[in-house]
Amino acid sequence: MGGFFAGILALVQGFMTTFSFFFKKSPTIAYPSIKKQHAPRFHGLHELRRYDDGKERCIGCELCAIACPANAITVIGAENTPEDRRSPGERYAARYEIDELRCIFCGLCEEACPTDAIVLTPRFEMSDYRRGSFIYAKDRLLVPPEAGVGTAPDERPNGIPSDLGAVIERKSTTEIEGGYDATWRGTLLKTDRKGLAG
Amino acid sequence: MMDLLNSMPLWLLVVIKSAFVLFVVVTTFAYAMLFERKVMAWMQLRPGPDRVGPWGLLQPAADAAKMMFKEDLTPSTADPVIYKFAPWLSLATAMATFAVIPFSESSAGLWSIGNVNAGILFIFALTSIGVYGISLAGWSSGSKYPLLGAVRSTAQMISYELAMTMSVVGVLILAATTSLSGIVHAQGPGRFWFVVPQFAGFIIYIITAVAETNRAPFDLVEAETELVGGFHTEYSGLRFGLFFIAEYLNMITVACIGTLLFFGGWNSLFGLDFIPGIVWFLLKAGLFIFMYIWLRTTLPRLRYDRLMDFGWKVLLPVATLNLMVTAAIIAWRG
Repeated sequence: MGGFFAGILALVQGFMTTFSFFFKKSPTIAYPSIKKQHAPRFHGLHELRRYDDGKERCIGCELCAIACPANAITVIGAENTPEDRRSPGERYAARYEIDELRCIFCGLCEEACPTDAIVLTPRFEMSDYRRGSFIYAKDRLLVPPEAGVGTAPDERPNGIPSDLGAVIERKSTTEIEGGYDATWRGTLLKTDRKGLAG
Repeated sequence: MMDLLNSMPLWLLVVIKSAFVLFVVVTTFAYAMLFERKVMAWMQLRPGPDRVGPWGLLQPAADAAKMMFKEDLTPSTADPVIYKFAPWLSLATAMATFAVIPFSESSAGLWSIGNVNAGILFIFALTSIGVYGISLAGWSSGSKYPLLGAVRSTAQMISYELAMTMSVVGVLILAATTSLSGIVHAQGPGRFWFVVPQFAGFIIYIITAVAETNRAPFDLVEAETELVGGFHTEYSGLRFGLFFIAEYLNMITVACIGTLLFFGGWNSLFGLDFIPGIVWFLLKAGLFIFMYIWLRTTLPRLRYDRLMDFGWKVLLPVATLNLMVTAAIIAWRG
């Protein structure tokens, strides 16, 4: 008989538990319409910053590419000329591409950069149906001149909303119709620049 | 209004009332489904369906459209005639029960389609036929899991219907009538609702009613974790939808009967007579439905042998004892 009453008590407790949950607030965030605020140093899509005078910060030193544990970054530097001066230093990045499918968003590139040129923004919505579109070249990485100079991670206020500005909306000019292999980086990987062939 | 209704030929009145009740009942089904999904979601800390229309209110319409445009498959091993007939049998019996349910006080028979003297017997007869819909569906599918579901359904329905009928007979003895409106009158103003003198009967009724409608925690018939989809595994599209409607209509039926038998039907509470009887009735039936959903979110599915043990070794003896005690007291008091 004791077991009987214990069973009834357990039943009542169970019903009270579900009933009390009935009045609790759901923690669900209706994602596309409501966006969560995330940490100020959230590691998202990269951005190449500029100086106040509009010159590119990147000096094409390839330290980010060397620091990258996923080999996602490819930099090819070129000499600045007096007629075409892109960065204050001697060299600038003629090509700068990040394969966001390889990237693990660790932020080591950001730490390695001697000029604070490459930073990780909190943007994370970059899904697409085509693999080639995940190779971000300078056309999409570099802050457009009208959008300012970009923000260093330690300058960001707390609780930045995730939909940060229009930079991500820029269409890639990289040729992506031929698929991943047709991209410049895809062919580069095949020609064994870093022993990555195969 | 009443003059107009009284001047109509009887057949026309019945047709109009049937069409109206059918419309209301099917709408209630649609929103009972949404209500269930919402309540379950809230109890599980989810928002529930909220994409279609404000608060997801158009979700039933979206579901119906989806069901209608899905492919209607018939397995090659199925018996095509019975396979196609079974869902209609389920639905027809589920709908026919509403013909005798009185929704409110009506001297002129306005609030029920047919006020049958043996209303409660008619409903039990129909729900017994409803078992055939499920059994035939499982058997004619020509597939193993539906067959297992059908066998379970037959065994479960038979064993729980016994206890259910026993629990209801206690009420019939107290009311001394089998007419549903008569039973409600017996609980009329100034008298106890039968949930008080027949508390054991009421508990047995709600347990067996859940088993009769094949709902959790007694949904062994369609136990997803064991039987894929149970008796409706092979059904798709509109035919699956018919089983779905039948299940919910059965749930609404047992909620209505529970209200009529144990909660005084349309009788008001605390002397709040200015609220119409139909509102009281719907409120009580709605509480019943909420209780079913609450049960489903709280309790896990029973093991099959325990289900049988519970039905035959606990519910049936208790229901019989309850009936005997009730009959003895009535006889003793003369």
